[in-house]
Amino acid sequence: MSAFRRDKKEEEEGSGNPFQNIEKTTVLQETRTFNDTPVNPRKCTHILTKILYLLNQGEQLSTTEATEAFFAMTKLFQSRDVILRRMVYLGIKELSAIAEDLIIVTSSLTKDMTGKEDLYRAAAIRALCSITDVTTLQGIERYMKQAIVDRNSAVSSAALVSSLHLTKIAGDVVKRWVNEVQEAVNSDSVMVQYHALGVLYHIRKSDRLAVNKLVAKLSHMSLKSPYAVCMLIRIACKLLEDEDSSGGGSSDSPLFEFIESCLRHKSEMVIYEAAHAIVNLRRTTSRELAPAVSVLQLFCSSPKPTLRFAAVRTLNKVAMSHPEAVTACNLDLENLITDSNRSVATLAITTLLKTGAESSVDRLMKQIASFVSEISDEFKIVVVQAIRALCLKFPRKHSVLMNFLSAMLRDEGGLEYKASIADTIITIIEENPEAKETGLAHLCEFIEDCEHTSLAVRILHLLGKEGPRTKQPSRYIRFIYNRVILENAPVRAAAVAAMAQFGAACPDLLPNIQVLLARCQMDTDDEVRDRATYYYSILETQDKPLANHYIVEGLQVSIPSLERALHQYTMNPTDVPFDMKCVPLAAVPSEEIVNPSAKGGQADGMLISAASSGSKVLAVAATVSREESYAEKLRSVPELVAFGPLFRSSEPVELTESETEYVVRCIKHSFPQHLVLQFDCVNTLSDQLLENVRVEVETPTGYQLVQEIPCPRLSYSETGTAYLVFQFPEELGATVGTFNATLKFLVKDCDPATGLPDSDEGYDDEYMLEDFEVTLGDQIQKVTKANFGAAWEEAGATHCELADTYSLSNMGTLEEAVKNIISFLGMQPVERSDRIPEGKSSHTLLLAGVFRGGYEILVQVKLALAAAVTMQLTVRSTNPEVAELVTSAVG
Amino acid sequence: MGGLLSYFRNLLGSREMRILILGLDGAGKTTILYRLQVGEVVTTIPTIGFNVEQVTYKNLKFQVWDLGGQTSIRPYWRCYYSNTDAIIYVVDSADKDRIGISKDELLYMLREDELQGAILVVLANKQDIEGSLSVAEVHQALGLDALKNRTFQIFKTSATKGEGLDSAMDWLSNALQNRK
Repeated sequence: MSAFRRDKKEEEEGSGNPFQNIEKTTVLQETRTFNDTPVNPRKCTHILTKILYLLNQGEQLSTTEATEAFFAMTKLFQSRDVILRRMVYLGIKELSAIAEDLIIVTSSLTKDMTGKEDLYRAAAIRALCSITDVTTLQGIERYMKQAIVDRNSAVSSAALVSSLHLTKIAGDVVKRWVNEVQEAVNSDSVMVQYHALGVLYHIRKSDRLAVNKLVAKLSHMSLKSPYAVCMLIRIACKLLEDEDSSGGGSSDSPLFEFIESCLRHKSEMVIYEAAHAIVNLRRTTSRELAPAVSVLQLFCSSPKPTLRFAAVRTLNKVAMSHPEAVTACNLDLENLITDSNRSVATLAITTLLKTGAESSVDRLMKQIASFVSEISDEFKIVVVQAIRALCLKFPRKHSVLMNFLSAMLRDEGGLEYKASIADTIITIIEENPEAKETGLAHLCEFIEDCEHTSLAVRILHLLGKEGPRTKQPSRYIRFIYNRVILENAPVRAAAVAAMAQFGAACPDLLPNIQVLLARCQMDTDDEVRDRATYYYSILETQDKPLANHYIVEGLQVSIPSLERALHQYTMNPTDVPFDMKCVPLAAVPSEEIVNPSAKGGQADGMLISAASSGSKVLAVAATVSREESYAEKLRSVPELVAFGPLFRSSEPVELTESETEYVVRCIKHSFPQHLVLQFDCVNTLSDQLLENVRVEVETPTGYQLVQEIPCPRLSYSETGTAYLVFQFPEELGATVGTFNATLKFLVKDCDPATGLPDSDEGYDDEYMLEDFEVTLGDQIQKVTKANFGAAWEEAGATHCELADTYSLSNMGTLEEAVKNIISFLGMQPVERSDRIPEGKSSHTLLLAGVFRGGYEILVQVKLALAAAVTMQLTVRSTNPEVAELVTSAVG
Repeated sequence: MGGLLSYFRNLLGSREMRILILGLDGAGKTTILYRLQVGEVVTTIPTIGFNVEQVTYKNLKFQVWDLGGQTSIRPYWRCYYSNTDAIIYVVDSADKDRIGISKDELLYMLREDELQGAILVVLANKQDIEGSLSVAEVHQALGLDALKNRTFQIFKTSATKGEGLDSAMDWLSNALQNRK
């Protein structure tokens, strides 16, 4: 210990880091000193410190190096110097991940952990568990059990925490220690109780009933340790959330009562944990929220900065979901604006921004501006998020806020911070047409001096999309072309693509654009040149539809599928050119339709940019993977390969109640000419074995049953799949219809324990399933159109058109009508036409999709609200029959 | 004469003697170590790795390493050979089946360069068990006749009863002191 202290003093005296110049090889050489007899503890301790320092600085040791150092270290067990021994434990722990033959110190550590020297015991347990694997664990099991119930709290804690780590490699063994752990929960030591609860929960966590019992028991026991109570609150919360998601949760649940009772606990930590938990529960009502918020309010005026910080941070979060609940704290928050702790002040202001009235915005913004340069990026992002929420809430304030944001953009800051600002501006542009021109101008200015390639590319893409439709598109060209001159290759390529958008959309700019693109063909980078040449040649033809298809609209196929298809194509050399049509279309990520006013208060508007763009990417990936994984599964059924590429898969439809003997869900897969019904069946009866499981369907007129693939065997709790393949009717009008289905199977009674059938004899049985429908939407894949107007115009010339007028008497609002039409037709709303400006009595909804077989459909829906909603529907499609189907399906 | 002897003792006392206890698993190495250290029979479990203790015998300090004898541990013995002054090689006299293996391990070990100067004490342990090999039989079975250039001696012991250990340690202490 004295050695450490001296080192520390030296550091303080300004001699700098004593380990600054050490080198791995030298230190490893020095480990030879460990072999000397007698051991020099001071010297060896110092060398061990150096090794630990190196490892914690991220220095990598090879296995041989680590093993050599480890074996040298084992020699130090001969010394009885307490400090040295404890350093050896640390060294063993650090090397345990890299070195080999760790087993050699097992006996020594076991002896230390059971020995008389208390200073050794806890540390020896930790080291021992770090070198133990499944095979050697048996050998020390007895000692671990003893250590868990040891009277020395440090020993007991060490054993418990080590057990927790061991669950990763040998969960079953640790489960056998449950009695000892249970005894440790009753310990008087604060730490032991906490750790024991942790282990106990870990052992039981897969069994919800057991966890429920555990919480019920312990919540009545009044645990001594506040840490343990905090943990119990967290466990209770998790249970509540689980109950909620399965539909059984309510506020009078004993779990909730327990959490609420903790608001009156004597420990501040527990009180905060309980308040935090209640606030974060997904389904709390404002009535349940009130006590928690008032506790946090109290904390706001606490003399302890940590409590103030915790409280205001939590309030900041609640303000997103329940702004009205936080309004009560406004006065306290106002006081915190001038808090000497900048983090507290930032959170207080941003919370007020979320809850405050429109009139206070200007004042608060001025307050933030006074210190925004002093806070860290992380808190700047909090400010940006608050501004974003404000913009959505008070669209009229956009000019003040936008100015503020652009000032922030000019300041120093990391990528995440800048991205969140850019994101916010983009959101504002999308939400608020009035702010568009100013927003784009700010972004243009930003990319003039932006060191983040990814951001520049994104903004250029946005400019290409939005710029051509502004009043004065030409002003953006300069900004974009500047990028071509000044930036790196990815940015240049993005700039070229953006310019091409202008060329395609603004005929009067085309000659200028062509000049610029021609210059770009001289670029040093392949990608930039390729893009320039590509766009130049397309624009050169002056062919508007061509430009529309290949510049304005992007690829609409699913990229992973395209990649696979191309790979397969190159694997099998053939003279036939590659056909894009055989690649499945990409599903448009299904964004939830939220009305703008709700979005202002919703959390997803506040997600930091990285996360939100990340989650969008994830959503895309998820939808892709849904169809992809189905396609993968269907490809594995040889009988289904012949029907061509999968066009669209529906969401699963439940054909049974969830708690019945057999659970069946149906997924409808559309192929170009065929309909494949996939029935996923689960057998929930432990005493039955089902064989030859199949679904029988009354074939609707026009459909033709092509094939039936039963599931040969379905034992208890297994999922099996049966398929039915139909050929779609020639006449499209007959494709929409109801199917009534029955599950048929052969039952064999079996022993629930073994799952083996009692006899080979079985009997036929059947089970009625609910009816399901094949709709228009099942046969349409959503696609987007970046420029619906152009596509619509073009379709006027080439497609056939059908129009009809309907009266939707059962719908009271435009929102409702829009929502219903979209879900009914299964098409993609384009150009944000699914959002209805407030207070309008008429609206035009634009939809795009592709019918199976590759027929394009464009739909324009004009809605007017009088007593009921009147709708004029115009369909343009490449196939007249499809158009007819759409109009007739709506009627 | 006594003054001279104590003079030597002090001289030697400045350095601990390093002793290895080796032998097959279950030969009684750990029991011997603790018999020497605390003078009692302790319950032992198979040693996975090693035990190291300081043993004082008649004012002489020894640092005694008891290395595990299981097949999986034996390869690690060599990591602990350097600077060794003496080896106590323990044989289970009642384990006639494995005496051959014990011999092989002994010879293999004695070939190591690092152990060339080390004094060897062979303990024919578990003499209390009926039907165990006699000292002479162990001597022969281990092929000790063929040992050249090595200070060594064989003793019959029973670690559980505490017999024979003292004479072995007496001999070893003397041998170690005379070596200097």
